[in-house]
Amino acid sequence: MAEAQNLPVGSTTAGSVAVAAESTVATRMSAPPSFDVADFPVPHGREEEWRFTPLDRLKGLHDGTAKADGALKAEIDAPEGVTVESVGRDDKRIGKAGTPVDRIAAQAFSSFEKATVVSVPKEQVLDQPVRVTLHGEGGTTFGHTVFDIGAFAEAVIVIDHTGDAVRAANVDFIVGDGAKVTVVSVQDWDDTAVHVSQHNALVGRDASFKSVVVTFGGDVVRIHPRVNYAGPGGEAELLGLYFTDAGQHQEHRLLVDHNVPHCKSNVVYKGALQGDDAHAVWIGDVLIEAAAEGTDTYEMNRNLVLTDGARVDSVPNLEIETGEIVGAGHASATGRFDDEQLFYLMARGIPQVEARRLVVRGFFAELVQQIGVKDIEERLIAKIETELEATV
Amino acid sequence: MATLEIRDLHVTVEADNATKEILKGVDLTVKQGETHAIMGPNGSGKSTLAYSLAGHPKYTITSGSVTLDGEDVLEMEVDERARAGVFLAMQYPVEVPGVSVSNFLRTSATAVRGEAPKLRTWVKEVKEAMERLNMDPSFAERNVNEGFSGGEKKRHEILQLELLKPKIAILDETDSGLDVDALRIVSEGINRVREGGEVGTLLVTHYTRILRYIKPDYVHVFAGGRIVESGGAELADQLEAEGYDKYVKGGATA
Ligand SMILES: Nc1ncnc2c1ncn2[C@@H]1O[C@H](COP(=O)(O)OP(=O)(O)OP(=O)(O)O)[C@@H](O)[C@H]1O
Ligand SMILES: [Mg+2]
Repeated sequence: MAEAQNLPVGSTTAGSVAVAAESTVATRMSAPPSFDVADFPVPHGREEEWRFTPLDRLKGLHDGTAKADGALKAEIDAPEGVTVESVGRDDKRIGKAGTPVDRIAAQAFSSFEKATVVSVPKEQVLDQPVRVTLHGEGGTTFGHTVFDIGAFAEAVIVIDHTGDAVRAANVDFIVGDGAKVTVVSVQDWDDTAVHVSQHNALVGRDASFKSVVVTFGGDVVRIHPRVNYAGPGGEAELLGLYFTDAGQHQEHRLLVDHNVPHCKSNVVYKGALQGDDAHAVWIGDVLIEAAAEGTDTYEMNRNLVLTDGARVDSVPNLEIETGEIVGAGHASATGRFDDEQLFYLMARGIPQVEARRLVVRGFFAELVQQIGVKDIEERLIAKIETELEATV
Repeated sequence: MATLEIRDLHVTVEADNATKEILKGVDLTVKQGETHAIMGPNGSGKSTLAYSLAGHPKYTITSGSVTLDGEDVLEMEVDERARAGVFLAMQYPVEVPGVSVSNFLRTSATAVRGEAPKLRTWVKEVKEAMERLNMDPSFAERNVNEGFSGGEKKRHEILQLELLKPKIAILDETDSGLDVDALRIVSEGINRVREGGEVGTLLVTHYTRILRYIKPDYVHVFAGGRIVESGGAELADQLEAEGYDKYVKGGATA
């Protein structure tokens, strides 16, 4: 099932790896990044960034018809020393980590009333996670959250999404020099929810940023984690896990822009799909700009299709503008849990439900272990089991 | 004493929108402690018989019966058959990505034995069984059959045979794809299980060479979807000398 590719420095292959004079990732987009929704044309569905997304299920987030008529209960549990502020659009920390790159991200930016800024002072090492709990109570909401992590601070942030909502909200992570941040964003929405979010991380010099995106629920979920580096020596680890059920559309688009030298990135996303019209989309864009000598990057997406009728679109894309790098590679593969595998396991006495569990657990185990936040790991394993039981 | 009874078994498959009868009335009784070799030309239906006994969903039983100690095997699900004591070593073992051999073996042994084996004795049991089959300990951490060579897959099947200790072992072409050394190691594994005297063995093979290591009590010639001749070990010698021509051309397949 594996189809891996490791690129020797400066080599080129057909398909999704390009050694380019200029990046095509930006030029593929319908409009340049902007904070103003009016700068983006209303998508019709054939644009590169929208071609996999079911626009008709976005409840008007993409065409300006969605009105902020909903309610979302937000709770922030912040350990000592952490400050939480509600600020206006003009706050300097807002937008510092990145600019909206598509129409819904810009719509979210243009539509939120107040942004939330959560700050961890420099050198503060948190012994408890910052927990943000967002529970949708129906209707449409917009939002913006900034996590501003000071230099050499260490923090774990857990953002939980549950309930029913139509939500467009961006999240910024400003990771100070030498800071260490782990962010876990769990999309455990009701199956009616629509959620579109751009995550922008600006990784400071010698800082490390770990993003864990976990998507179980929702009718349409589209998460777009993006990483930029503010100085050399930064490390980004982007992990993702999704379990796409019948009728669900779960889309994860990633971009790592290696714009400075000597940074690392590692992207691992894994998803299981089951049921009719379960649709998972994974887009992994990694740019190594001309200045980014000494870059070390690897990205991987694996999918496990458990039943007929599910669909995966997986598009890794690596663009290299300098040959002076440590390593660059990508891999994408979709495997099926098929009747023959099931027969084999059952022929060894293993009941059907147990057989499926064995395969899915094995598939996710390694990734779950990399999260490094114990209670999240346990919760994920339990959740995966429930998802499995729901359909077999 | 465990007895597998196959009576007038007819089996069809769906292929190219047509129903094709492959097994056309198989009769066979295998008792605990006995070894039956089933030999026949390519395409005669040997694997179909093996899969049908294990319950592969592609094969439809249209008539006949299969019982194990009087219990209706055909009524059982695939996993129930395995727990009842039917083991199929497959001609082409399946790769299961994401599941390690050690996890697979333990889950399987737990299911078949009805309780989880004690961890300490289990680890030792697996290690020793692997050593006897000349399997490197690193296999335990690899994914089931993934990237295994043909011979490694067959050893892995026999490893399971040794650990699961079935009442009836159906070994489908366990000898194919093995070089001489591997054939000897695998045969010794099968013989260890047979020497326990608790298993009835159905040794499905195209060639006679494995019979140099494993002496069958009965040899059956399989052609055209049924057993066309039965005899003792001497029948294998005759097949070795004369081949299957007589059975194929003699109209037995018609
Ligand atoms: N799943 C299937 N779909 C279609 N045809 C099948 C299927 N399984 C078996 N057959 C056909 O049934 C016949 C018997 O096949 P089978 O595999 O049982 O033979 P065999 O005796 O085991 O042969 P070999 O010595 O090559 O292993 C062949 O004609 C084969 O093509
Ligand atoms: Mg065969």
